[in-house]
Parts: sequence; C-alpha cells; structure tokens
Amino acid sequence: MTIETGRRSGVGESVLRPDGTLKVTGEFAYASDLWLDGMLWGATLRSPHPSAWIRSVDIGPALAMPGVFAALTHRNVPGEKSYGLEHRDQPVLAVDEVRYQGEPVALVAADHPETARRAAAAIVVEYEPREAVVDPMRAAFDPDCPAVHPNGNLVRHQPVRVGDVGAAATGAEVVVTGEYEVGMQDQAFLGPESGLAVPAEDGGVDLYIATQWLHVDRDQIAPCLGLPPGKVRLSLAGVGGAFGAREDLSMQIHASMLALRTGRPVKMVYGREESFLGHVHRHPARMRYEHGATLDGRLVYVKAEIVLDGGAYRSSTPAVVGNAASLGVGPYEVADIEIDAYGVYTNNPPCGAMRGFGAVQACYAYESQMDRLAEACGLSPVEIRTRNAVSQGSRIATGQLIDTPAPLAEMLAEIAAMPLPEPVAVQADLRLLPGGVSQTTHGEGVRRGVGYAVGLKNICFSEGFDDYSTAQVRLESLAGEPHVLVHTAAAEVGQGLVTVQAQIARTELGVDRVTVAPADTTVGSAGSSSASRQSYVTGGAVKTACEAVRQRLDAMRAEHPGLSLDELLERFGPIEETREYRHRPTVPMDPVTGQGDTHTQLALCVHRAVVDVDVELGLVKVVELAAVQDVGKILNPLALEGQIHGGSAQGLGLALMEEIQVRDGRVLNPSFTDYLIPTILDMPPMRLSILENPDPHAPYGLRGAGEPPTLSSTPAVAAAVRAATGLPLTRVPIRPEDIALTPASIS
Amino acid sequence: MDFLRARTWAEALELKAERPEATPIQGGTDVMVEINLDRGRPAALLDLNTVGELAGWSREGEWIRVGAGVTYARLIDELGEVLPGLAQASRTVGSPQIRNRGTLAGNLGAASPAGDGHPPLLASGAVVEAESVRGVRLIPIARFYTGVKRNALAPDELIRAVRVPTAAGPQYFSKVGTRNAMVIAVCSFAIALHPENRRVGTGIGSAAPTPLRAVAAEAFLAGELDWTLGRAGGSALDPEVAARFAELVAGAAAPIDDVRGRAAYRSHALAVMARRTLGWAWHDYLRAGRGAR
Ligand SMILES: Cc1cc2nc3c(=O)[nH]c(=O)nc-3n(C[C@H](O)[C@H](O)[C@H](O)COP(=O)(O)OP(=O)(O)OC[C@H]3O[C@@H](n4cnc5c(N)ncnc54)[C@H](O)[C@@H]3O)c2cc1C
Repeated sequence: MTIETGRRSGVGESVLRPDGTLKVTGEFAYASDLWLDGMLWGATLRSPHPSAWIRSVDIGPALAMPGVFAALTHRNVPGEKSYGLEHRDQPVLAVDEVRYQGEPVALVAADHPETARRAAAAIVVEYEPREAVVDPMRAAFDPDCPAVHPNGNLVRHQPVRVGDVGAAATGAEVVVTGEYEVGMQDQAFLGPESGLAVPAEDGGVDLYIATQWLHVDRDQIAPCLGLPPGKVRLSLAGVGGAFGAREDLSMQIHASMLALRTGRPVKMVYGREESFLGHVHRHPARMRYEHGATLDGRLVYVKAEIVLDGGAYRSSTPAVVGNAASLGVGPYEVADIEIDAYGVYTNNPPCGAMRGFGAVQACYAYESQMDRLAEACGLSPVEIRTRNAVSQGSRIATGQLIDTPAPLAEMLAEIAAMPLPEPVAVQADLRLLPGGVSQTTHGEGVRRGVGYAVGLKNICFSEGFDDYSTAQVRLESLAGEPHVLVHTAAAEVGQGLVTVQAQIARTELGVDRVTVAPADTTVGSAGSSSASRQSYVTGGAVKTACEAVRQRLDAMRAEHPGLSLDELLERFGPIEETREYRHRPTVPMDPVTGQGDTHTQLALCVHRAVVDVDVELGLVKVVELAAVQDVGKILNPLALEGQIHGGSAQGLGLALMEEIQVRDGRVLNPSFTDYLIPTILDMPPMRLSILENPDPHAPYGLRGAGEPPTLSSTPAVAAAVRAATGLPLTRVPIRPEDIALTPASIS
Repeated sequence: MDFLRARTWAEALELKAERPEATPIQGGTDVMVEINLDRGRPAALLDLNTVGELAGWSREGEWIRVGAGVTYARLIDELGEVLPGLAQASRTVGSPQIRNRGTLAGNLGAASPAGDGHPPLLASGAVVEAESVRGVRLIPIARFYTGVKRNALAPDELIRAVRVPTAAGPQYFSKVGTRNAMVIAVCSFAIALHPENRRVGTGIGSAAPTPLRAVAAEAFLAGELDWTLGRAGGSALDPEVAARFAELVAGAAAPIDDVRGRAAYRSHALAVMARRTLGWAWHDYLRAGRGAR
C-alpha cells in the first residue's frame, strides 16, 4: 500500500501538539490541578531510615487532630500487601521493617493538605535502625553481606557467552581494560506524582492519575484493594513528564485506600522533596570492561562485568539487567563475548525505568573503551568505530541477526563530515565560555575537545513479553461532516503521541477531523509509554483499526457507489473497529548463554560533542552537539527533533551534572537546588541529520526514536571532555573537581 | 500566620517594633521558598513591597545609596557603570525571574554564605543602613555577617538601604558553579582596586560560615602592587605576586565538603579566581592609566 503522506496534517507533517500552547501559557491542567468539591487530601509518612525494624506505629496522635478523617497502616491494606511491576515485592505500606529512606509507612487523609502533613508527622513510629546494605559490589559478591530480602541480594544475573574468550584473548594484539562508574540519575520530571481517587457506588474506585501505563497500574492496584480489576477504573490525568519514573506505582494504591476508607474523594500530590524519594531512579552502575583487538583495531573479544544497583525493591531491575547484557558490547561486530550483568538489592533508593533503560550505562562504558582502543591502536575515534560497525546482516551479542537496515558506518561518516564549530573569539560574550556570566574565565585555561559516540537501543519490550496495544477507531458523521474518534489507553506523557495518533487516522481514513479521546481503562491496554514503543505499537494499533474501518467503508462504497462518505455514514451509522497490534514476538535470553532473538527492533544513534573545558576550574561548556539517527520513517519532524534534542540534553546532564547523591543510603540533594539539570545555557544548539531507512516489520517502517539519543550523548560529551583535558575520567557525571584536582591537567 | 503590610517606611518600622518576630518580605525569593519547603513557619510576614521609599537608589557624594527594594535587574541595568562588581554579581543571580524579584537587602537579610551580593559588598567596603524606631545604625559590611545565615540586625531593625562607594578602580566578581547558569555558588570571589588610597578590597563567598574578606591577601597585594602610572604606563603584574595573593585568598577561607563540592576544590578554585580576577583588574587599571595620559 502506498501511504498518502501528502494529506494535510497527516503522517510526515509537523502537526502542532494540542497541549503545546496550554503548557507554555500555564493553562494546561496537570494531575496536580485536579479538584473535586469535598475532597480530602492524602499525605504519606515515610521512613527516615534506609534500613530498620519497625517496633511500633501509633496513629492515635494523627486521628486525634481535628480535620483528620483516616490514618492507615499496612494493617488497613484490604488485599495483597505488596505490589510490583514484574514481581510483587514492594509493600503498599511497610510491614515491620523498612528497606529504604522514604519508604511509605502510614497514610493520612484530612480536609486540608497542611493538616494531612501535620497529622502524618504526628504519627509515632518506633524504629530500630539496623545495618544498611549500601555497597552494590558487596551486595553482589560478598556472601557475608546481610540480605535485604529473604532470598538474598541477587535480583538477576544474566550471562552472555559467545565463542571462547579465553582462546580469543591469546590472539589479541591490543588489550584495553577499564573500570567505569555511572552515578544515580533522576528522571527529573517537573510535574510531581499526583492523582485523585474517587470512591464509586459499586464499591470500586475511579482514579485520575498521571502515569505511563494505565492497565498495569490497575493490575497492581486492584489486588491490593481486594477488588476485581473491573472495579478499578483509571483515567489519565495531565502528565508533567515521565521518562520512566511513572512506570512504578507511587500514590495510586494509597489514595484509593484512603478514598475507600473515608468514602470521599482523596487527592495526593507529592512535594518536590517527597517526589525525589517517591519514585525510582536510573540504576547506578559499576562496570569493568576488557576489549581485545588486532593491531589494526578490529575487535577480537569483549569481556565485561556490569553491576547495577537496584536499591530496595525489584521494580524493573531484571529487564534493565537484560538490556545491559544483551546490548553490552554495543553496535559492534565481536566474535567472542563474555558478559556478566548483575542487578542487586541494596538499601539504596529503588531504581527502575529511565529513558535508555540499562543500555545507557553499558553504552557509556563500551564507548569509553572504544576511545581507549582507538588510542592504543593509533586510530581516530571515528575510524575504530567504523572498522567494527554492525550493518544489516550482522549479529549482536545475543546472536540475534540484524535483519533491517543498520547503516552505522555511513552514519559515522556523515557526522564526521559535518563542519566543526569555530573557536570562541577572545573577546567573546561570557555566555559562550565555560561558567557563563559567572565570569570564571575570559578565555584562560580553556581548551577544546571533540568526542564521538554511538549507541544501540532495543525498541519495544523484549525477552518474550506479550507487548501489544489496543485501539478503537470510530468513523461517523458529526454535524454533516465525517469525523474520526480514536480511543486508546496510551499515556501521553509529553512525547506527542496524541498528535501522532490523529495524524495516522487522517492519513489512513482521509478525514480531516479527528478527535483523540482521553486515555482510560474502558478500552484495552496500550502497553507502556516507554521503551520508545508507542508510535510503533499504539501507532500500529491505530493504523490497523483504521484499516479495518476502511475495509468496511470500501465494501459499503462498492455497494452504494453513488453515495458520498457523509451520506454513507448518515444512512448506515458509524463504523467502529477495535484492533490489537503486536510486534514480532521475542524470546527470553538463554539463562546460561544469553542467546536468543530477544529484541524486536534495534535503533542506532550517533553523536559528536564539541566542548570547551576550563581545565583549571573543571567547568565545561558544550559548544555543539551533533546527532545522526535512523528513525525508519519520520512521522512528525517537529516532534521528532524535540525528542532528539531532549534525549541528548538528558544524556548531557548525565555526563556533566545530574546525580542523586546518596550517602549511607540517604539522599543528600532531593531538590532542584542541588539536583542540577541542564539549562538553556548548558544545552547547545544541535546539528541533526535524521535518516529514513525503513524497517519493513514496523508500521510505516518507523523505528522508535525517544531513547537512542539518550545513550550516545553521554559518552560523546565525556569523550570530548577527555580530549580537552587528557584525563581518563572514568565516572559520570564528571564533577569539576574530577578535572581540576587531577594533577595531569594542572599545567 | 499574620500578614502585615506597611505602606510607609515609618509604618514598617513601627510594625517591626511591635512585632519583632515578624519576617520582612521583599522579593520573597528566599522567604517563599523556605515557607514552601516548610522550613520554619514565620509567626507573621511584614510586606515591604508597598513601601515606596525603598524602591529607589540615589547618589550621595561618592556613595550610591541602594534602597532595600531595588531588584537585581535594576542593579544591572542602572548601576553597572558605578558599581560594576555588584552588577556582575547580580547578573549571576538565579534566572531572569529571580533577578526581577530578588533584592540585595533580601540577600543580606538571608545572610547565606553563598549569597552572591556579599563578596562585592565586602570588596568595595559597603555600609548597611539599618533602621528601627530607635534610629539609624550604619553597620560596616564586614561586621554585618555574624554566623551561618545570621546577621547583625537587631530584632526591631530593618534594612533601609545599602550604601556602596562608587567604584574608583576596576572591580571583578567571579563565581564557580556546576552549571553555566542558575546555580548556587560552590564558591565565589570579588576584587576591587581602590587606587585613590592604594588599597585592595576582596570578598569570599561560600567558602566559610560567613562571607568574608581575605584581609592578609588585601594587605599583601596593596603593598606589592606598583600603583604608579609613570610615563611607561605602569608595570605589569608580577606572576609571583599574583600567585602569592591567590594563595593568601585561599588561605583566608575555611571551606567544607558538601553536596556542592569538596573543600579542597573550593580552596583551589578560590585561588584560580583570585589570580584571574586580579589579572583582569590590573589590566584594566593599566589601560585606564594609559587612557588618562
Ligand atoms: C530559583 C532561585 C535561584 C536563586 N539563585 C540565587 C543566586 O544565584 N544567588 C543568590 O545569591 N541568591 C539566589 N537565590 C536566593 C534569593 O533570590 C536571593 O537571596 C535574593 O537576594 C533574596 O531577595 P528577596 O528580595 O527575594 O528576599 P526575601 O525572600 O523577600 O527575603 C530574604 C530575607 O531577607 C529578609 N529581608 C528582606 N527585606 C528585608 C529588609 N528590608 N530588612 C531586613 N530584612 C529583610 C527577609 O526577612 C528574609 O529573611 C535564588 C533563589 C531562587 C528561588
């Protein structure tokens, strides 16, 4: 079928998003703006300790306060006491012990948020602190380490074994090894966790919530409330960013418990500090890599150990480990591979999904290694990557064949050919120099560096997950004009999915007027707004449902050739079809060898970073970021560029400033005062080249686009800083003192 | 929490005398943040935004009297020529929104060791004009900071203005942060050359419990600099003098390790900023000297 991309506001056009103006003018209603007359406010009492026994909880003082309607502990959880994304190991409210700082212990509902907070603070909890497990290496490898959970601290160990690394090592002429560390990054969404639970007449609950996946929320909430799933109805409320942090539940069960208990609507909104304690973060990683190559820079073998700190609960750690292992050598052809990826429990903050999902950490390490190898072989960073680049027909570490275009060498050639930015003039505007208007330099100590990196990301859920989406499409006549209503449960988290769904309906049905209904659980699951998958899977579902509608329409047209579209719809009524869409199935990684066709789609992105570093003070100005990404098919150029800019910025943040600092299991910087994310003066202009080599298995040939830029931007920036300073810099984020206090750079 | 609004300066002083526990609020960029984070609940807020007298600045001889209500945005736009060090520091404060609301008096009221207004005030030898129903008290800036987030104001006193000498020589402010904008100082430094009496002023921020001067560094440098601008146009800065000055500046600080940076880095960065800002200032001094001939 040929796609009619020329259609106004259809697929391929920069259609503007409906929430854009509202958000910029401050009128968009976020979940935190929800309001019902007579509603109560919920508050959560959290553990101040990373690890402690709970000897007693006295809710009496809270209940005694005027305006308080309920105070609940784990005893009041109506059903299952625990929940979890992949495994139910996380208590709704702590039962006899707490395993991380910030773990919810008790809940309060009151008629004023302030009263609720004070009442929560009035609850008396007697803790008996105990040794906290805070070192992930100890959790992984020390048999004497205390166990955070009864079955030990190992969440998943995933090996990858290809060939014979021992034998291959003897043939390697050049060997480079390195140990790397990635700090704990936060998704740093701006709209804190919030929602409104409304008790229903049937004994169920209606929950209006900012989340990433309505159905998986429901499936975790209902058992804990002791309700059948049908009595837990979720509607998506305005989401202020997600990036993975809303994949796990936060206040969903809590607000519902309070609403069912009080018979009143209950709203919960986390404050900023609470938000930092109330959602999962990106797994910090410790990685050890060994790369062997021939003198001319061809990879012979790769050996890697990757330890990911999952914190106190399981969340999505197993899947993150799977990604780190299966993508652990990156988009390079390697004959012999030995990877061991571990995810462990500790008493650090729980970690789970974040944009890039396990692939980010590994990418930083393998790309750092490729630069070391380039240096050892006397090759340029571009050349070493080109010599080892995968292409269609290559196999990745899991043995999986890349059966769609993967023009990595061409992408590297393209980025290397892009012109480099001019040096900053001596009398430059301070804003162009490291430090900006803080005026730390007028040019003194500033050295330029250029770095390259590539990354490989799986798109959609992997390892045998039944990953599907559902779309209901209704074509009808409204006020004498044909109109399409698209209904899915897919969460618009700011990525622009609502816009894309309408574009697809316009293209497929040739109708201008399209409405995308609010997402809720009255339609089948759309799966998660993560893994760069929604354009692919929900886009695919909308397209398939539209095709089904069009088939019926075509049949009607054939029978009644004289009637216009509107006349047909007037006479025969609306045409409505619901379809599920699935991508190609995948299989789990082999537990011993890690082999298998575990991913359905693979995506590439390439970055070049140009930085100016004040080597004396360790301050960095990223002068330019360039990216080449293959997206198969561009659905919406403007939205796509936004995704690449945003993903690159998040990667830059990880390279230079974004870190949740945790000491002894406690978060030291739970606010935007000290958790720094890049500002407009930190994020440079970008030079983009977007390629369209279609994947024949995906709708329109598209390739998921939201995550890949987050992978390669971090190592590209780090490589550029290394080039400017000559320092090894084996940890991100790179702190000023890592540069300034390392003797080599003090000239 | 009571909300008191003063319409005139006299009324503000009376309210503060009656309710010494009331927290004055000007731009609110510190006060409101504290309230939102639930750090201390003021018994009352005393709103000074409606006090017209505070909103302007005036020139009084060799001094500029900056009213307590003057925002950073105005300091940058209107006083950049006469108070360059202060204007440079103002330019680094927060974001445009914060600079449109925040004031120097608020910075002094908060007395955070990281406040960006303090180093240039120390370097230029400013005087805080405090007032109560009991009268006016002029507090030299170096005596204003009494501890971490504590200042020398009496409970019934308000800041009426800050008196800052107009720059008679080059001034520079420099601040290290881990981000290129909107960042709290990891540490900061200000220098002011006072050719009229051949003195050097300095101010250190975020590297001790209070903002402070590097007194020994000032004295050393004042004695070493060749202030004469003879026919040759004065002599270049001796790198050894600059290095010693930098060392003395770093030595004057008492930094700690915290989430923003390590003590060792702060000391190092102070030395670098001291050396660089001195270089810029001396360069300007020599150039101005040449221009004057
Ligand atoms: C996002 C953000 C970024 C920031 N960035 C910076 C930065 O980069 N550098 C920096 O230095 N600061 C920064 N700040 C802090 C703040 O903006 C400054 O300290 C500012 O100078 C405070 O001025 P204000 O008028 O808003 O003070 P307010 O909040 O109104 O008051 C601050 C304190 O001063 C007292 N006070 C106010 N007026 C008087 C008076 N006339 N007499 C006596 N006491 C008085 C108040 O009681 C209070 O204790 C930032 C704040 C925010 C929210």
